[in-house]
Amino acid sequence: MISPATTDIDFAGGTLATEQVSLWRDGLRRLRRNRLALGAGLYLIFLVLVCLVSLVWTPYKPNLIGACPTYALPTLAHPMGCDDLGRDSLSRLMVGTQVSLAVGLATALIVLGVGVVVGLIAGYFRGAVDAVISLVINIFYGVPPLLVAVALYVLLGAGLVNIIIAISATVWMDMARLARGQALSLREREFVEAARAGGARTGKIVFGHILPNALGPIIVQATFVIPIAILTAAFLTFLGFGVPPPTADWGGMANEGLPSLQGGFDPYILLWPAVALSVTLLAFNFFGDGLRDAFDPRQKR
Amino acid sequence: MAPVLQVKDLHTEFFTDAGVVHAVDGVSFDLQPGETLGIVGESGCGKSVTALSILRLIQKPGRIVSGQILFKGSDIVTMTGEEVREIRGKDIAMIFQDPLSSLNPVLRVGFQIEEAMAAHQDISGKDVLQRAIELLKRVRIPAPESRVKDYPHQFSGGMRQRAMIAMGLANSPSILIADEPTTALDVTVQAQILELLRDLNTELGTSIVLITHNMGVVAGLCSRVLVMYAGRVVEEGPVEQIFKDPQHPYTWSLLRSIPRLDSDRHERLVSIKGIPPDLIKPPAGCRFNPRCQFRIERCKHDDPHLMEVGPDQQAACWVTMRQALKSDGDQRA
Repeated sequence: MISPATTDIDFAGGTLATEQVSLWRDGLRRLRRNRLALGAGLYLIFLVLVCLVSLVWTPYKPNLIGACPTYALPTLAHPMGCDDLGRDSLSRLMVGTQVSLAVGLATALIVLGVGVVVGLIAGYFRGAVDAVISLVINIFYGVPPLLVAVALYVLLGAGLVNIIIAISATVWMDMARLARGQALSLREREFVEAARAGGARTGKIVFGHILPNALGPIIVQATFVIPIAILTAAFLTFLGFGVPPPTADWGGMANEGLPSLQGGFDPYILLWPAVALSVTLLAFNFFGDGLRDAFDPRQKR
Repeated sequence: MAPVLQVKDLHTEFFTDAGVVHAVDGVSFDLQPGETLGIVGESGCGKSVTALSILRLIQKPGRIVSGQILFKGSDIVTMTGEEVREIRGKDIAMIFQDPLSSLNPVLRVGFQIEEAMAAHQDISGKDVLQRAIELLKRVRIPAPESRVKDYPHQFSGGMRQRAMIAMGLANSPSILIADEPTTALDVTVQAQILELLRDLNTELGTSIVLITHNMGVVAGLCSRVLVMYAGRVVEEGPVEQIFKDPQHPYTWSLLRSIPRLDSDRHERLVSIKGIPPDLIKPPAGCRFNPRCQFRIERCKHDDPHLMEVGPDQQAACWVTMRQALKSDGDQRA
């Protein structure tokens, strides 16, 4: 045999792969090619910037009553007009991003934390553990979200934190089910057995080996949680169970705009928050879709 | 010398809806320090289940029902989960058939080797990376300093198996169990991996249990061989002895069914007639008897156990090839 000792394939420096592309970089590249997702991503960046700016500066104080005449139509000084109390609508719309993003991100994080951990544990251990967790998941599915929100409102009062808890309690199950399914299939993969054979602890196997492989779909699911949370929060505030006035919130603004639309004198008060909400929801959904497509291994080109 | 591993009358069964599968049914063997033991047999004969049982990796619905697995004197079967975990990867390491699927696809190779070490040692920082590079060098991966940062899919098949072996060696185990380590590789790479295992065996003194269905692989690496059939050991002995003078008809047939490069092109390949028995309801008597061409009446109801048939050679057969071939010759005469 001619020196079998040295190599399998050794091209100068030992690189055979044409491009050093990791799974993530590959996904990001495909995401960039998706125009719709790219546009959505840019809008979301813009939204975050507006939110950050609104923390330190708005054209007028968002809760300043009498900044301009009530029901004033858009003018140069007040590009979005004023509401029924004479507050500047643009300023309020800008500040409204804070509630929306806070609710969306906080809910996504809670759902990630709770849903992923619970789901991975159920899927990895199977048996009785899975049966109990699945039962809890199904019970939560049975509870109407509005009921949870109203119950929390009654018990704990209004507030941002309570909305986040209420929404998290009603949307974490999808994430748990997804993580459970991923764990169920990944636990049978040979690298999990190899890790076990190497003496890896259970926690390491679940969070060090299974979780990284499930991260793609989990992140995609998380981006879909955000718009649901934003919409639900706005809806609750619109109904009066959410963020208490006078805090500027898109749902609350829509609520305030409704009478004036019915009265027939100022459609803009309702229009702005509705448009902002719709575009934001669309953007998150497009972005999530783009992420899913980008990280779907079956669409590899 | 005291054996490093002793398996005594191991029974591993799978409790399926169709019935109890007696996958490993009374297997016993000793492994000496520094020894290379081959376990051969066709698919479903229980060789992989034996290997998995040694590390208590059998999953539901399977279970080790009885027997002892003594590692340096202590019984793995009765250990707590944490005690077994301590042994896995540290004292007894295992490498699997398909190196691509046994490496985690989203983690860097170096990181996985580091993790194999971190599972048993309290080490950190730069030392770990250095150790990982050394291990890759030891298994002869070219340019280990840059390769350590690669993902498994950037490795070739042979390199992946080398990386697996590097992970196996991370904690300098006294036993390396290799479950069909070359089956997924092409022939030239197979030879390289076998040579690597042989070198590691002589350099580090690691005992190797090699599980395979490939007689050639056994011949190339092992000093002793265990032939399994239907969950039992049917023959055991030194490799030269078994290859030269097999006594169990199954071993004999298995060796005859290996295609030879120097055989006549028109010669038909010899095969063993029939299929392996159903391990839920194994045949009465010798398990090989329905397929055995040397069967006598006794084989149908009396189950043979391993008997001394030569120097250091044992076979579970009432007839043995020595007598079978003699009487065959007598009849022809």
